[in-house]
Amino acid sequence: MNNLSGTGFHPISIGDQEFMPQQTTKTVDWKALREDFPILDQKVHGQPLLYLDNAATSQKPRAVIDALSRYYERDNANVHRGIHELSNRATAAFEAARVRAAKFLNARSADEIIFTRGTTEGINLVAAAWGTKFIKRGDKILLTEMEHHSNIVPWQLLAERTGAQLVFLPIKGDCGLLDLAQLDAFLTSDVKLLAMTHISNSLGTINPVAEYCERARRRGIATLIDAAQSAGHRPLDVQQIGCDFLAFSGHKMCGPTGIGVLYGRGEVLEETPPYQGGGEMILSVDFHQSTWKHAPHKFEAGTPDISGAIGLHAAMVYLDGIGRDRIAQHDLELGAYAFEKLAALKGIRLFGPPIGRAGLVSFLLDGIHAHDVVTVADQRGVALRGGHHCNQPLMKKLGVESTARASFYFYNTTEEIDRFVEVVREIKKFFGG
Amino acid sequence: MFDDLTDLYQQLILDHSKSPRNFRVLPDANRTAQGTNPVCGDNYTLYAKVDGDIVKEIGFQGSGCAISKASASLLTESLKGRTIAEAKNLFNKVHDLVTTGNLDGDVGKLAALAGVHKFPARVKCAILPWHAALAAVEGKGETVSTETEKE
Ligand SMILES: Cc1ncc(COP(=O)(O)O)c(C=O)c1O
Repeated sequence: MNNLSGTGFHPISIGDQEFMPQQTTKTVDWKALREDFPILDQKVHGQPLLYLDNAATSQKPRAVIDALSRYYERDNANVHRGIHELSNRATAAFEAARVRAAKFLNARSADEIIFTRGTTEGINLVAAAWGTKFIKRGDKILLTEMEHHSNIVPWQLLAERTGAQLVFLPIKGDCGLLDLAQLDAFLTSDVKLLAMTHISNSLGTINPVAEYCERARRRGIATLIDAAQSAGHRPLDVQQIGCDFLAFSGHKMCGPTGIGVLYGRGEVLEETPPYQGGGEMILSVDFHQSTWKHAPHKFEAGTPDISGAIGLHAAMVYLDGIGRDRIAQHDLELGAYAFEKLAALKGIRLFGPPIGRAGLVSFLLDGIHAHDVVTVADQRGVALRGGHHCNQPLMKKLGVESTARASFYFYNTTEEIDRFVEVVREIKKFFGG
Repeated sequence: MFDDLTDLYQQLILDHSKSPRNFRVLPDANRTAQGTNPVCGDNYTLYAKVDGDIVKEIGFQGSGCAISKASASLLTESLKGRTIAEAKNLFNKVHDLVTTGNLDGDVGKLAALAGVHKFPARVKCAILPWHAALAAVEGKGETVSTETEKE
């Protein structure tokens, strides 16, 4: 067999059913899902691990871990190159992951799915390839004040190269909302791109991105959505959002590190030049010039993260087995519960909207530095994050250097949040607050 | 359970972090340097009045966690009146202390920083003001960053 389109080659050696969570009844038994995550069952500093750093990276279910080892134990080979059996299997599995990612985002075609290292690389790819061709001196790139560094710095580099200018949609106060009413005033004729986050990793704000994209599109402005915090937390439909680009990372949604997806609308990808040069992306190479493949392959030079894509495939199937709409609902409940419990404490400052927030809470205790909070919490088995969360400009705007953050995923429970709030109480006491 | 924690946050550390000593700008400082930790945003400016070889006065300003602030406060108490060579020597001892927990000779109150070595993520906090102080008294006057500290 030497032909990928032949009917004889092995389909992906791992079927969708195998990735499914153990139970898929109407109401989800969230606690039972914890058993799918081997890492959660351990003690840290003598206390049961309470993992509340999911916005940094999520834990991985057995289905994903198994998909990785199965691939390496049975199918490992390079893709798109060999004509031997293992290479066919690896290629089929890699491309099946692309098809699944298209379905995950409701893209029109798998050709709109580019595999990247993660959100950061996805945004850099757009800045380097699309930006270099379409952004000119005097153009404006519109961002928001709540962007992660990975949705600021690539644009700063592009602006430096091209003479373009960055403009930021402001947020209002500690509740961290953008003002949609102000948007039109910012969408001036020199704006060529609106790049914004779906969910803020510091504030927990959920932005109505479809509305933003709609208004930008009406003015012919390209759009990019940073879905790092939303993929795996809620249903995502790129056609409904109406964006030109959308980037996410596998590792924040049960997948492995080192793999991510950049969605690009077909027409836009067609007119975008390649990103990096090398193997896999070319049609033919001469000593002085080459021709390249169509999207998505022209954006994927070199051997890709094959196992990563396969692990991500397993993660997407796993999440959809639970239902991303249910996960979103659970996130909302955990976010609101934690916010309310923390708000009842004295001497605490909370960031982000009180309601309609994502499953994460950033806070500061009066007179206690976030790092000290995180160190003490860690000794109680509670994994939090303290720092600027790659949001230094946002921190400056809020007038703080850092915050402590608890971020949840579907395997977290309200009992865990109770325990977390109890630890926050202890911390206040420990530092005499 | 909290033994390591009470080693880290000894009473003396908590006290110095809440009421830091020499927490002021020295108007007649002739040496200053800044220390920043880009990871957590800790940021201190050290001011020193160096006369010949002697650190006559030393003060600091800035913000950060309990460990970095207490370390800066204790530092100002222990560097005042020392020669630059002595300051350098003390820097090395403190560096050793917070990375290994080993106490090399009498360092007075600074011994309270020994608990830091059990918290590798916090070593940079403790040593940050010392880098800045050394840069100041040696007249390097630069911004030092924890990112130059080897892990
Ligand atoms: C909102 C947001 N954007 C982008 C990123 C960058 O993701 P990655 O580091 O996986 O590329 C993160 C993760 O930290 C994030 O929270």
